[in-house]
Amino acid sequence: MEQLICKNLKLGYEDITLTEDLSFSVEKGDYLCIVGENGAGKSTLMKTLLRLQKPLAGTIEYKDGLTASKIGYLPQQTVIQKDFPASVYEVVLSGCQNSLGLHLFYSREAKKRALDNMVRLGISDLAKRCYRDLSGGQQQRVLLARALCATEKMLLLDEPVAGLDPLVTNEMYELIEKLNDEGITVIMISHDIACSVKYAKHVLHIGNDFFFGTIEDYRKSPAGSKYLEGGHHHH
Amino acid sequence: MITYLTDYPFVRYALIVGVLIALCSSLLGVILVLKRFSYIGDGLSHVAFGAMAIAAVVGLTDNMLLTLPITIVCAILLLWTGQNAKIKGDAAIAMISVGALAVGYLLMNLFPTSSNISGDVCSTLFGSAKILTLTKSEVVLSIVLSVIVVILFIAFYNRFFAVTFDENFARAVGTKANLLNLLIATVIAVIIVLAMNLVGSLLVSALVIFPALSAMRIFKSFKSVTICSAVISVFCALTGIILSILWGTPTGSTIVITDIAAFVICSVTGKIRN
Repeated sequence: MEQLICKNLKLGYEDITLTEDLSFSVEKGDYLCIVGENGAGKSTLMKTLLRLQKPLAGTIEYKDGLTASKIGYLPQQTVIQKDFPASVYEVVLSGCQNSLGLHLFYSREAKKRALDNMVRLGISDLAKRCYRDLSGGQQQRVLLARALCATEKMLLLDEPVAGLDPLVTNEMYELIEKLNDEGITVIMISHDIACSVKYAKHVLHIGNDFFFGTIEDYRKSPAGSKYLEGGHHHH
Repeated sequence: MITYLTDYPFVRYALIVGVLIALCSSLLGVILVLKRFSYIGDGLSHVAFGAMAIAAVVGLTDNMLLTLPITIVCAILLLWTGQNAKIKGDAAIAMISVGALAVGYLLMNLFPTSSNISGDVCSTLFGSAKILTLTKSEVVLSIVLSVIVVILFIAFYNRFFAVTFDENFARAVGTKANLLNLLIATVIAVIIVLAMNLVGSLLVSALVIFPALSAMRIFKSFKSVTICSAVISVFCALTGIILSILWGTPTGSTIVITDIAAFVICSVTGKIRN
């Protein structure tokens, strides 16, 4: 079942076009990796999918009961969060803000969802710890739990392993794969092409080269073979 | 001290208004510090000074009627420019704040309302004894506005937290971040204008920022930091006002000194704990 259909998207700012005529779709349970060089328009595409920015042209259709605000978003960490006094529970619970509606306070179900997602990601023992005192990997888990509170269907991950050491990076990828196996659609943006596509089912490559299709086809494609090779040399 | 309270109604007013203003400023102070908006509070206090000078020249008996809207408009402008403007946020604030100071001082000199200009300027900047000379209508207005601020803060507590901790995420899941920022700016402007009565325009930032920073030395969750900040702020304001009456010192600076003392104590406690 299709959850997200993008047709003929043109992305960019007023007079700068980053990507043109971009069409792709995402199925329920899919694991799509969006890759491309810096400046190819990955972040712009992501903002457009979240309806934070309007496409210059083209359409985005959300299906299967999905809306832009019901996508679980894992943004990159900000400077503000580095010394922010917030407990893990407070951060995770804030993922439920899209179910607040006109209410002022979180419902009992929202609080339960926060607790459940903390168990799901193995961070319930950190509930009362301060977010800023955690390791990078733990912080990402907390933000992932928050993203899960916002969605039942789709996660959109922006460079989820940026700044993590290799061991924790692998743990993070495996955690994301586990969530995908549980039926959650995953869209991941990454500049680390070689590593990130290892787990993907589909790949969308934007920028100088364009590719959209399954991971198997990507490996055989000119773009894929070039970047997968190149990716290894960088490390 | 008890005889002061029973015999002089202005002491009672000062304590009530002082506690309420301290409460409001500390609540929003936490958000301001975490959002990296501390300097906006400082800039706005200078705007409020300029606006107050204009109100005095125009001859308004209740200068809050003019100071409040001007400061709110500037708060909204500053917040807007902070996000997407040709002049960078911090430069815009510096411009507006020193500009307002200059205009304010010039107006007070050109159109003196009393023979003692430097006394007037000094009392607007440092709040000397303003809190003890509040009129009944100022007291009522202060109480009403403070209560509204506290109610707004509690009502929007969860959303304020969300938009302060991670604005991008909040926007992505459909929270109206722009509206919330607008609300925060407006409320801050109201607090700055109110707090000017208590500590004067130069010292307002201290009232907003110190309790939040003190609380952050010790506590590790947003809720506990907010509550602790409120408690510290109210305690320091009470102590400061009482001490200033007993010792005959300027109220504003006495309150700020108690805030600084609290900050030092909290910092030391925080260090020992770690």
